[in-house]
Amino acid sequence: MPTLDLTVNGTRRRVPSDTGASLLVVLREELDLTGTKYGCGEGQCGACTVLVDGRPVRSCLTPAASVAGKLVTTIEGLEEGGRLHPLQQAFIETDAMQCGYCTPGMIVEAAALLRRVPHPDEGEIARAMEGHVCRCCAYPRIVQAIRRAAASTSRPAPPGRARTRTGGRS
Amino acid sequence: MSARPPFEPELELEPERYELSEGLPYRFELGRRGFLHLLGGVVVLVAAHDVASQESGRGGRGSQAESELAAWLHVAEDGTVTVFTGKVEVGQNARTSLSQAVADELRAPLDLIRLVMGDTDLTPYDAGTFGSRSTPYMAPQLRKAAAVARELLKELAAKEWGVDAAGLVVADGKVTHTASGRSLGFGPLTKGQKLVRTLSGEIALTPAERWSVAGRSVPKLNAREIVTGRHRYTSDLSPTPFAPSEMLYGRVLRPAALGATLASLEPIAEGALRGVVLVTDGDFIGVAAKRSPEAARALEALRPKWNLTPQPEGRELLERLRQPPEGPREGRRSAPHVVGSVAEALPKAAHRLESTYTVAYIAHVPLEPRAAVAEWKEGRLTVWTGTQRPFGVKAELAEAFRIPEDRVRVIVPDTGSGYGGKHSGECAIEAARLARTAGRPVKVVWTREEEFRWAYFRPAGVIDVKSGTDSGGRLVAWEMHNYNSGGSAIRTLYEAPHQHIEFHPGRSPLRQGSYRGLAATANHFARESHMDEIAAALKLDPLELRLRNLKDARLSAVLEAAAERFGWAKAKSAPGHGHGIAGGFEKGSYVATCAEVRVEPTGAVRVVRLVAAFECGAVVNPDQLKNQIEGSLIMGLGGALFEAVEFDRGEILNPRLSRYRVPRFSDSPPIDVVLLDRKDLRSEGAGETPIVGVAPAVAGAVYAATGTRLRALPLAPRGLPSTRASATSGSRT
Repeated sequence: MPTLDLTVNGTRRRVPSDTGASLLVVLREELDLTGTKYGCGEGQCGACTVLVDGRPVRSCLTPAASVAGKLVTTIEGLEEGGRLHPLQQAFIETDAMQCGYCTPGMIVEAAALLRRVPHPDEGEIARAMEGHVCRCCAYPRIVQAIRRAAASTSRPAPPGRARTRTGGRS
Repeated sequence: MSARPPFEPELELEPERYELSEGLPYRFELGRRGFLHLLGGVVVLVAAHDVASQESGRGGRGSQAESELAAWLHVAEDGTVTVFTGKVEVGQNARTSLSQAVADELRAPLDLIRLVMGDTDLTPYDAGTFGSRSTPYMAPQLRKAAAVARELLKELAAKEWGVDAAGLVVADGKVTHTASGRSLGFGPLTKGQKLVRTLSGEIALTPAERWSVAGRSVPKLNAREIVTGRHRYTSDLSPTPFAPSEMLYGRVLRPAALGATLASLEPIAEGALRGVVLVTDGDFIGVAAKRSPEAARALEALRPKWNLTPQPEGRELLERLRQPPEGPREGRRSAPHVVGSVAEALPKAAHRLESTYTVAYIAHVPLEPRAAVAEWKEGRLTVWTGTQRPFGVKAELAEAFRIPEDRVRVIVPDTGSGYGGKHSGECAIEAARLARTAGRPVKVVWTREEEFRWAYFRPAGVIDVKSGTDSGGRLVAWEMHNYNSGGSAIRTLYEAPHQHIEFHPGRSPLRQGSYRGLAATANHFARESHMDEIAAALKLDPLELRLRNLKDARLSAVLEAAAERFGWAKAKSAPGHGHGIAGGFEKGSYVATCAEVRVEPTGAVRVVRLVAAFECGAVVNPDQLKNQIEGSLIMGLGGALFEAVEFDRGEILNPRLSRYRVPRFSDSPPIDVVLLDRKDLRSEGAGETPIVGVAPAVAGAVYAATGTRLRALPLAPRGLPSTRASATSGSRT
C-alpha cells in the first residue's frame, strides 16, 4: 500500500496515501488522534482545526496528502511533558466549556491567534474565532479564557501596539 | 409569600415530546431473503440469522418517568466512592453537580467521588436526562444514598473502636472519634467488604445552608480531559485497545426526500463495493467499510430508486399546524385550562386585544452529531451512543432486533451536547444492524447534513392570544391557544379571573420533538409579547404592567432584580435603540430577561446587552449555573433572531451550517447574570428555563426601537424591515 509521511505533534507518522482522505480522517482513523473533531465537513464550525506549520487549517477540508512534509500540530500536541498549554489551563479556570466538543478546535485556533497577536483585545479575539461554533454558546467564557491565557504569558505587547481598555492584565 | 412553585413540575411527559411516541425508524426483516431481487449481480453480505419471533417489550419508550429514581453507591477498599446513575452528561454539567451533592452528603472530598453515568448494565433504570430533572429529583436520591453510606460508615467505626456512634464525626472522607482522636478513612473502614444497605425512605438530608462542597463553584470534573482532547465522545471511540482493523465505519442510505420509500436498488458496477459490507433489510440500506471515505464512496455507488409521496409546501405550514393531526401519534392532547368564562368576561373588558404569534422549526445542531458504536458478542449487543435516554434506546434496540432487553447494553460516554435533540435511538439501531451483518464492531456518525435532514426539530407553532383588561391595566380575561408547538409553560402566572388556555396538536409536515425548554420559549414569546402589546396600548411601562398583574412573588422578584441591574427605570428607548423585558417560569425556575437592542440603518438588529435574573431555589454551583444561563441566553438569541429550518415538499432547504445560521462570537453580547440564591428552597434544574425570556425581551426591544411589533420567530433573519419569504414566516407587523 502506498504511504504518506506526516509529521504530527513532532513525530513522523506513516499513513496510507491512496484513500484520498482528508487530514481529519487520517488523524482520527489512522492515528487515533481523536481530539480533532468532525462538526460540519464544510469548514463552518472549526471543530476540526489543527495547525499546519503553525497556521490554523480546517482539517476536514484539507487533503492529507497536501500536508506531507509539513508540521501538523493537534490538540494532543499542545500539552508539553504533562504541562498544559496556558490556553488549556485558562479554559479550565474560566469554565469555558459545557459539552466540550468544540473546545479542542477553539484552543488550537486561539493558540495560533496568540502566536500572531500575543495580547489581543476582545474584538480581535471575536474576529479570529468567528469561524468556530460553540453550540452550547459558552462564547463569553471562551473570550475570557483567551484573554486570561494571554495575560498569563509574560511576553510584552509588540512596540506600537496600544494597550486596549480590555487588556486584561491584572 | 408562597415558596411553592405555582404548578409542580409534572412527572408525566409533556405532549410536545413527539419523538417519544414515534414508531421505530426501521422494521427489519432480519431473516427474510426477499430483498435479494432488489440487487442485480452484486455480492451481497446479509445476515441470515433467524431471530426469535417474539416482540420484545418497548418499556420505557414514551412511558412516563419513574417516580422512584434509583441510585447506587459503592465505597471501595481504597476509599473511592463510585456512584451509579442513569443520568447522562451532555454539557449541562450534571457529572460535576451530582458529584458535588454526593461529596457534600458523604462529607468527602470531591476527588474521592466517581460517577458512573448512563450505562444500562451498571446503572439503575432512568427514564432519561430531560426536563431539568437531574437537580431536583436525582440529586436528592444520590444524597440519600450518600447519607445512608455515611451513617453506615459511622456504625462500622463505632463497632471497630467500641464507642458510641454519637461521638463520631464524618469529615473530609474520614470518620473521627472526637474524644480519643482516632480516625479512619472510608476505605480501611470497609475492610474490603461490600457495604450493602437498602435506602430507607426517611433520611434527613443536609440543608442548603450547611452545604460545604455543594453550593460553591468547582470546575467541571473532566475539564482536563476535554481541553487536552483526551475525552472520548462516542464518535471518538474504537474498540479498546485501538484496533483500526477491527472496527468498520458505517453509512446509511437516506431517502431522496421526506416520506420517500425505496422502490429498488439498481445493479451497480462489479467491484464498486469490494471490501465493503452492504446490508439491505427492508427500507434499511447501509454500508460498512474499513475507513469512512470508503464507506462514503460505497454509498455514492449505490443506485436507489425511490417512490416519492406528495409532501406539503412550505407556505402551507401555518394552515397545517392549525389542523388536527392525522394519526394518534402526532401528539397528545391535553385538557384545556379553564377558569371562569372568557366568553362572558371578554366583551365587557375596557380594553381588548387579539394577536397571533408564530414560531419556526429550529434545529438542535448538537456539535457532535448522532453517533454510535455497536458490537455483537455471543448474542449480546453493546452500543455506545450519545443519547439522553440510554434505557429508552436499549428498549428500542431490543425491539428492533427482537431480542430480550437483558441482551442489550447501552453505554453513554459524556456527549457532545443534546438540548433535547438526542432522545431517539436511530443511529444506535443503524450501527447495530450493520455490525450484526459485518460480524465486527461498526461505528456510525451522522454527517451534519444527516442531522439537519433526518433528526427531529423543535416544533413550529401558531399561538392565538386574546386578552381583556380593565382601565387600570389589570387582566380580566386571557385566552391562549397553542397549535402544534406544545403545552410547556402555556399557563400564565399573571392573575386573570377568566382564562381559557389550550394546546392543540397540529399536523406537522416535519419530524419534530423535544428541545431545550420545549414549547416554553414559544409560549413565553406569545404571552410576554402580548403583555407588551397591552402595555403599549394602555401607554403603561411594560414592567409596571407585569407587576400589576402578578401575585407570584418569585416572578416579581426576578423581574425587579433584572430591571434593577439593567437600569430599566432610566433606560430610555429612542429610534433605533430599544429596551425590552420579559419574565417567565418553567421547570420550577424563574427567569427575567432584559434586552437592549440597536437597529442599524441597514435594518440589521444587534443585541447590545442582556441582563438575566434567575432563581432556581438553592444554587448548587454558582459559576457553572451562570455558564448555563449565559449559554441558554445566547442560544436563545439564535431562535429569537435568525434560526429557522426552511423546507418545501419534503426537502430541507438549508441543511448545512453554511445555510442555517447559529449564534457565533459576534452575536454574543455582554451578559450580566443576577443569581437569586434561595437556600430555603429545593434546587431546581437550570439548563432550560433561562432560554424562555430572550425572544420576547428582544421583540419588545425591537418594538421600542422601531415601533414595529414582530410576532414571528425568528424575528429578523434578514434584518428589518423585511418581507421574509421563509416558509415559516407568519409575521403580521
